[in-house]
Amino acid sequence: MTDGFTSGEKSFCCQGCLIVHDLLAENGLEHFYDLSRHPGVRVRGAKHEQWAYLDEPTLQQKLLDFTDGTQSRVTFRIPAIHCIACVWLLENLFRMHPGIGNSRVDFLKRETTIGFAPQKIALSELVTLLVSIGYEPALTLGELEASKPAPLRKRQWVQIGIAGFAFGNIMLFSIPAYLGLDALNAPTFHRLFSYLSLALALPVLIYSAADYWKSAWFSVRQRVLTLDVPIALGLAALYGQSVFEIVSGRGEGYLDSLVGLIFFLLCGRAFQQKTHDRLAFDRDYKSFFPLSVTRKTERGEETVSLSQLAVADRIVLRNGELIPADSRLMEGAALIDYSFVTGESAPVAKSPGDYLYAGGKQTGTAIEVEIVKAVSQSYLTSLWNHEAFQKNRDDNLDTLTNRYSRRFTFIVISVAMGAALFWILNGNSMRGLKAFTSVLIVACPCALALAAPFALGTAQRILAKIGVFLRNALVLERMAQVDCVVFDKTGTLTTADASGVSFQGQPLSALEEQWIYSLAKHSTHPLSARLSASLQNKYSATKVVSFRETAGCGIEGWVAGREIKLGARGWIDQRGSHSADCKPSKSNSGSSVVVAIDGKVRGSFLLGNSIRTDIDLLLQKLSAHYKLALLSGDNESERQTFWSLFGSDEMLRFNQSPLDKLNFIQDARAAGTTVMMVGDGLNDAGALKQSDVGVAVVEKIGTFSPASDVILEAGQVPRLDEILTFARQSARIVRWSFCVSAAYNLIGISIAAWGILSPLICAVLMPLSSLSVVLFACGMTRWAGRGFANNSECRMTNGESVAVATPSTALVSQFDIRHSSFPQA
Amino acid sequence: MNVILILIILSLGIALFFLGGFIWSVRSGQFDDTCTPSMRVLADEDHAKPFPNSTKNTKAT
Repeated sequence: MTDGFTSGEKSFCCQGCLIVHDLLAENGLEHFYDLSRHPGVRVRGAKHEQWAYLDEPTLQQKLLDFTDGTQSRVTFRIPAIHCIACVWLLENLFRMHPGIGNSRVDFLKRETTIGFAPQKIALSELVTLLVSIGYEPALTLGELEASKPAPLRKRQWVQIGIAGFAFGNIMLFSIPAYLGLDALNAPTFHRLFSYLSLALALPVLIYSAADYWKSAWFSVRQRVLTLDVPIALGLAALYGQSVFEIVSGRGEGYLDSLVGLIFFLLCGRAFQQKTHDRLAFDRDYKSFFPLSVTRKTERGEETVSLSQLAVADRIVLRNGELIPADSRLMEGAALIDYSFVTGESAPVAKSPGDYLYAGGKQTGTAIEVEIVKAVSQSYLTSLWNHEAFQKNRDDNLDTLTNRYSRRFTFIVISVAMGAALFWILNGNSMRGLKAFTSVLIVACPCALALAAPFALGTAQRILAKIGVFLRNALVLERMAQVDCVVFDKTGTLTTADASGVSFQGQPLSALEEQWIYSLAKHSTHPLSARLSASLQNKYSATKVVSFRETAGCGIEGWVAGREIKLGARGWIDQRGSHSADCKPSKSNSGSSVVVAIDGKVRGSFLLGNSIRTDIDLLLQKLSAHYKLALLSGDNESERQTFWSLFGSDEMLRFNQSPLDKLNFIQDARAAGTTVMMVGDGLNDAGALKQSDVGVAVVEKIGTFSPASDVILEAGQVPRLDEILTFARQSARIVRWSFCVSAAYNLIGISIAAWGILSPLICAVLMPLSSLSVVLFACGMTRWAGRGFANNSECRMTNGESVAVATPSTALVSQFDIRHSSFPQA
Repeated sequence: MNVILILIILSLGIALFFLGGFIWSVRSGQFDDTCTPSMRVLADEDHAKPFPNSTKNTKAT
């Protein structure tokens, strides 16, 4: 059904889509509509003044990637990018304005880099253009200090490339030696090959293995034995022995093993460092706060950047805008949605004079507030000044691998010394020296160093498939040690989805429900959105005329000749008068929306927070192995419910402030437990940071999540016990892999200690042991994770999910809810 | 035997050439984003109309 927005033979769902179509058609970009079946992007009115603050030079300096006065380049994060048509359109931006040059989209990161000529198009005009076609860049406070992507990964690629190159060539040069071909009266070639190998190995040793030297030196200075120490020792011994043998003409050295070892180690490291471009694990409040606010002065309204905001400034907040700092409401009917902070879905009504905490979003009409505290000193943001956020937890030293390697290094060095001493005492000092270096060479823990990266890296990939994303592989090791699981309530154990909607009153007929659905669909208010979401599977929308929304009170309109009203009780009772008391009716069980048809009240929809399905089962299973606790910012009204779920009362805490939550975790850790915190809102940020494993629950991947170690798709919460079990299994597999590699070492070392190690044995043993450990680690982890693989449902939502081979496909669905505005020819 | 010498130099030279190519491709950012190019190729440029600079801002229907 359409409401008559047409252009030629094409009809559109709304004025916004029509404008976009005309704008594109004008510039010859109609191909956009051929590319996608759902090209709709909701368009907000683009007013140029709104972005004027972007032309401020100090701000530009931070925002622009590059500028020389005539050419500038800027990178925007555009969350609305969701399909191939978006990529195409954004890369054809240059057709829309002569001042725009080349633009490049990075689909996974949802980023666009645009080159433009600042004399022809100002940054503010560029943003206005983007907004007018529906691609509003995310301009948040965090954007200003976003560090440019480190060239780290590039360096690793080059390191692997050089190691691989040298490895292949040295292998070729070594073949004659392995096959005994040097007996063919060609000592010249023998020497030439050896020296060439030596030269090829040198850049690998210096450049490719640089990180191992550095980290070994670091751990020696810190007096901690990490696995890098025996690796560095082994590398030095291998190269030293090879140089000695080649220069003195005794043999051809172990260069092939050396370079192969470095190559495998680098590959293992790259495998472990699986990153998810779409996800940010280290966001703080800055990533969610706007870059600018509307300030009201005597001269009128002006848009200023948030950093210029001072105490006692008056700002205007419109529908959907965020309160940037603690402030006092001066004018207007505030209906603050704190879901962003607490996860609580029902908006809170405030009246002038009330204190408003930062982080809430105004819904409804515009309000005026006066800033009481600076942005960084506000209730929510001050949490980030806590010491827990000051230090980065040291992830790297206390790992399974390092604990194992401490013993390992000690044993290796004593065996090497022992063997050397044994042969020297027996009068064979030459053999003693060889035994010493051989033990170091063989024991160089290649297999050991590869076990953890491959086992944990595989586990990480398996989990990513079902919507569980880990900051890094080491998180798994910590997950394996968890013995206490702490839950947040709202948004984590409970959910505000369609399932919590129920109707009380005179039963509605199917036709009436369809009318209500059609009306609710027109509003973006959170309650309307939930109401329409709960009905959308049953009905299709019909046409609504004279739709009207009274902000903060309710919506009304005529459907099929009947007048429908949805809203707060006071508003309905007064037949939609504006003076009505619109305090949302909120009870312990949630919010309610009253329905009136033709002026007659028919009853009300209750939109409660329902507990997620299968949470009772999950808690039951978890309580067998873990201590459980609940931290909620809400009042105690649901204590009874959770008492029965958790089975005890002592670990249920209500009325917890963000700092209380943080302190609770701190105390628990001080008492020696390893704590996993599962939360979702910014109010859990402190607790997530303080815990050993912080798990952020998100409804949709890619949406807001506070800094955490794990990002968990909400649907997977009931499987938390399986995930924890899998983490423990993975850690166990790493230990088994250690045993396998220890067995290889035992064989190798016993050969080496006799001083009879030949390059050939070394060249066979080293890759063989590495390969079998890698296969063992990957295979076992896959086997342990088979349950996850089978259950992962297909995430493709429609034909648009082209060429997206990553978890980001889950995102596509997020944007399909938008208007379907494709022209119906 | 000299022919082996030439072959070795030749093979090393070619290998170094490709190594250089690899390093260049990494440095120039070809490995930074491996997803978008695969989508880009699906949207043929043929469909876009010729550059409509002259008709700028004239309302077309």
